[in-house]
Amino acid sequence: MLQIDCPYCGARAQSEFSYERTLDSIVTVEMPANEAVRRLYARANPRGFDDELWRHAFGCRQWLVLRRHRQTHEITSVAAFDPALHR
Amino acid sequence: MKRYSALALLKAGLTGQRGWEQAWRDPEPKKSYDIIIIGGGGHGLATAYYLAKVHGLRNIAVLEKGWIGGGNTGRNTTIVRSNYRQKPLHDLFDFALDLWEGMSDALNFNVMFSPRGALFLGHSDGDMTVLAQRGDALRCDGIDADLLTRAQVQKLVPLLDMAPDARFPIHGGLIQRRGGTARHDAVAWGYARAADALGVDVIQKCEVTGFAMTGGRVSGVATTRGPIAAGRVGICVAGNSGPVAAFAGLQLPIEAQTLQAFVTEPVKPMIDTVIMSQSLHCYISQSDKGGIVLGGDPDQFPSYAQRGLPPRIEKAAAEAIALVPALSRLRMVRCWAGTTDMSFDGSPILSALPVDGLYLNGGWCYGGFKATPASGWCYAHVLATGDNHPLAAPFAFDRFVRGATIDEAGVGVLPQLR
Ligand SMILES: Cc1cc2nc3c(=O)[nH]c(=O)nc-3n(C[C@H](O)[C@H](O)[C@H](O)COP(=O)(O)OP(=O)(O)OC[C@H]3O[C@@H](n4cnc5c(N)ncnc54)[C@H](O)[C@@H]3O)c2cc1C
Ligand SMILES: [Zn+2]
Repeated sequence: MLQIDCPYCGARAQSEFSYERTLDSIVTVEMPANEAVRRLYARANPRGFDDELWRHAFGCRQWLVLRRHRQTHEITSVAAFDPALHR
Repeated sequence: MKRYSALALLKAGLTGQRGWEQAWRDPEPKKSYDIIIIGGGGHGLATAYYLAKVHGLRNIAVLEKGWIGGGNTGRNTTIVRSNYRQKPLHDLFDFALDLWEGMSDALNFNVMFSPRGALFLGHSDGDMTVLAQRGDALRCDGIDADLLTRAQVQKLVPLLDMAPDARFPIHGGLIQRRGGTARHDAVAWGYARAADALGVDVIQKCEVTGFAMTGGRVSGVATTRGPIAAGRVGICVAGNSGPVAAFAGLQLPIEAQTLQAFVTEPVKPMIDTVIMSQSLHCYISQSDKGGIVLGGDPDQFPSYAQRGLPPRIEKAAAEAIALVPALSRLRMVRCWAGTTDMSFDGSPILSALPVDGLYLNGGWCYGGFKATPASGWCYAHVLATGDNHPLAAPFAFDRFVRGATIDEAGVGVLPQLR
């Protein structure tokens, strides 16, 4: 199991967290339809690092941004999610 | 190809089992093929076989980066059934079931297809309503489905915990009697041997690392064994669909996730049907060797690791033991994981891609083994003719943009919710 270092709670077991989606697939209300469709249905899905939106669902319930390697599971950063930065 | 038969076995038995020929060749890649299939899993090998058998094509190669059947084909829990709720799905999977029934004969290879019945358990009135609706939908389309009472389920699987205070009370079930299991490796080997006999080159230890493009069209592949030209190229790499499509600059509605399974020590026959609970997401069957094969949820976040989280195994084991308490006495001997190609509506993608000459067969999620023959049949059709087979037409790549998704679970774009 992974250990995720929540910026609010400290290091916790991965089973407290849930994965939501990649950072580049967030859809906003004002987005044009073709861009929304692209963000919903096109994924890089790399065999390497990606930026992901997670939630400390069974902890503080905050949204988090993880940079994680999808083959080695290495996590290089866990940051608080700032909605203003990600539209 | 020397045919396998009871007589051949008897003869070989009397002569020390010598004289068996190699089941398929180990050819060097040629400079060029009419059709190249990337991925030597069951789906890729079945595709090659039907291209040769049904469409009469001969100049075909299957390129496999490891060994054939070493991907999800050789890692799955081998449940075969066609009882999906939606018409495009159950039509496709039922065509597969028809082909399963004749597969051992057609391939002259015993795939040990065992139609022992596939049973869904209902744990509540709500579950029973859903199962009845599904059964009705299936019967309207001529697919076998029987709603079972609690007593009928108990008779079928006497080891289930039917106590009134059971952790997961059992109200009844829905069974597809034509469903069952098959020997996963044999499916890969049987298709490989039959395709090889028809002239298909099955090339192992040959990883595709890029595409050659000529005038906007795919004209071949780059591999770890050098470049190979091709008229058409079919991707058939399950969990690796994203990275391979990326060689052509494409992004897919697919995310790779880990799915695990595990098996107990072998015991005498104790469960002679496939038991599934879709409310719990737990499935139980007994292999012909006697091991109880169990599976549960995917890891629910993207991963190519081919190794999974212990809590998933724990949960599936806890559910299985609650359903069949006798399982608590058995030791788990192995667990493993595969990388599944989770599509964004839970259904496969089987069609041309928006790059000329390039095709995709992927997005089978955790349920593509049962589809193997139909998937190969339909993929061969589109690769040979350029047109989608009618059964595969609903599964075209552009359905997401058209809003024509086929979402059995009704959960939308987040695969981890499936
Ligand atoms: C644990 C588990 C349990 C499952 N249980 C069931 C079940 O009970 N019933 C069911 O119907 N389905 C089940 N599935 C799903 C099923 O296994 C798959 O949908 C199906 O086997 C996929 O077959 P395939 O031939 O498409 O893929 P695979 O067998 O994975 O074949 C793809 C091949 O492509 C190769 N490859 C990848 N990249 C490259 C490259 N760049 N170049 C060359 N080759 C490449 C891989 O090495 C691999 O051999 C399960 C899956 C898992 C992991
Ligand atoms: Zn927290």
